[in-house]
Amino acid sequence: MNTAVQPRTEEPVAAAPSVVPPKPADGRRRGSARRPPLRWRIVVVGLLTTLALYFLLPVYWLAVAATKSTGDLFGTFGLRLVRPHLFENLRLVLTHDHGIYLRWALNSVLYAGVGAAVATFLAAMAGYALAKYEFRYRESIFNVILAGVLIPGTALALPLFLLFSRLGLANTYLAVLLPSIVSPFGVYLCRIYAATAVPDDLIEAGRIDGAGELKIFVTLVLRIMAPALVTIFLFQFVGIWNNYFLPLVMLNDPKLYPITLGLTSWQSFADRQPELYQLTVGGAFLSVLPLMVAILVLQRFWRSGLTQGSVKG
Amino acid sequence: MTVSRTERRAAAGFLLPFVVLFGAFFVLPIGYAIYRSLLTTKRSGPLGLGGSRTVFAGAANYVAALTDEAFVDSVVRVLGFALIQVPLMIGLATTMALLLDAASARGVRFFRSSYFLPYGVPGVIASVLWGFLYAPGVSPIIDLLDAVGIHANFLGSSTVLFSIANIVTWEFAGYNMLVVVAQLKAIDQDLYEAAEIDGANAYQVIRSVKLPLIRPALVLTTVFTIIGTLQLFAEPLVLRPISTAINTSYTPNLAAYTQAFVNNNYSLAAAQSVILAAAACVLSFGFLHLVGRKETDR
Repeated sequence: MNTAVQPRTEEPVAAAPSVVPPKPADGRRRGSARRPPLRWRIVVVGLLTTLALYFLLPVYWLAVAATKSTGDLFGTFGLRLVRPHLFENLRLVLTHDHGIYLRWALNSVLYAGVGAAVATFLAAMAGYALAKYEFRYRESIFNVILAGVLIPGTALALPLFLLFSRLGLANTYLAVLLPSIVSPFGVYLCRIYAATAVPDDLIEAGRIDGAGELKIFVTLVLRIMAPALVTIFLFQFVGIWNNYFLPLVMLNDPKLYPITLGLTSWQSFADRQPELYQLTVGGAFLSVLPLMVAILVLQRFWRSGLTQGSVKG
Repeated sequence: MTVSRTERRAAAGFLLPFVVLFGAFFVLPIGYAIYRSLLTTKRSGPLGLGGSRTVFAGAANYVAALTDEAFVDSVVRVLGFALIQVPLMIGLATTMALLLDAASARGVRFFRSSYFLPYGVPGVIASVLWGFLYAPGVSPIIDLLDAVGIHANFLGSSTVLFSIANIVTWEFAGYNMLVVVAQLKAIDQDLYEAAEIDGANAYQVIRSVKLPLIRPALVLTTVFTIIGTLQLFAEPLVLRPISTAINTSYTPNLAAYTQAFVNNNYSLAAAQSVILAAAACVLSFGFLHLVGRKETDR
């Protein structure tokens, strides 16, 4: 298993530990240095454009649909803007049922933000320990954690619910938060990163200066590991934000719902209350905006960490 | 390096918080699911109202799960689904990454961003969104196809699985592409120069330089895609109200969910969860073993 996930351990230093060496912005010196023929370039751009249409069209539809009244949503052509009143729709989304939408949004931020922050910190400590200390059963522990990456999260949710019910934890914030702070994949990335990026000499120098192990970790190691930690945080944040099965199984109080669960609860009532169709669409639009912006702005962090994970991995 | 006592203690201190939580929220639930799946609830009295007690059932729940035609159908369905979905996903992601690698600099950022954008849309929201695009009466796609004389039904029994595959592809192809892109960027530029000196054309560079070197990324994305597809849940759940082709045990996860929360049969649901987890482990370990052995053969 270990050797399979890390197929090229014999050359681990091939790619420098500096995460994604920032390539010159022109980004074009790869592939063939000769300029490919025009015909070929047209084919490439044509394919790229077709793919972009495929990925963007549903988003465009959502943006258009969010501006429509319930009547127009069903009565007009989906890709054409007619009688837009986006702000009126968003006002309805935000005020429906005493502003429950905002509460769902805050819940999502809480679950994903706190969950990802704690998960990242725990993974950093564990990954660092596995990379830089020698102790018995180190590889066995690492392999068990790696196996955790392969366990489907949904298979864990159901028994977790049964356990949490016994402890009286089901249908609480902790029911969603606690399972979210464990990221085996984060430990895996942290170990690989710490092993190559944190120099042994630096740790030794810290010890000679009389710094304690914890102080070395907090003041020196965490800073060096920062790029990997940002990536793990983002991974975990999106993972928790997008998770549906766990909160669905754990929660039945709408006040604790994250936004995903809230929106589907609106949708499931929509055949009885048709105005909820519009609220679902408007709410979905509003909820994907911040995450899409974040994903675009933070894109380089995704790449950097991924390089570590897969190249060294 | 001699390992001092303080160091050993420090290592334990760093590792323990994660290990304890990992034990509590990964190992323990699996153990509990297995334990629970070996029990059954016996009801007594008229109509089972006389109270219930839990007794050891051996493999009865597994027998029940594996002889339940609907559940077996659901397992076969997701396996077939994975057989199409995994190559499709990895093929598309790799193609997209290679196209971006071949394109000129100006558009690359825009294209890459637009492919990755759907990753920020939660699976359920994506399903709600595509649900509208599949539903007659709302869908502009159906309107457009109608206009050219094609009467599409995205939600029929023969098409709905492909409609689900489309949602999954839309969501994750860009993410998988990004993993491959990251690995492509890490390829040593000297290799390209060497290939050029050897007179290799673009196709040969892809075949002999790029594809072998992005192998680890492909392994990683394939494993995650296998695990992801077997867990299929939100998409069919959201599409169920608008498609008669999706029943309450359309996928193993949906079946387990229904057993637990509609029929209150937690033991059977636990058995189904265990079967799903075992299948995911067997397939992903099997795949890793397969590529690992190939690696050592070379």
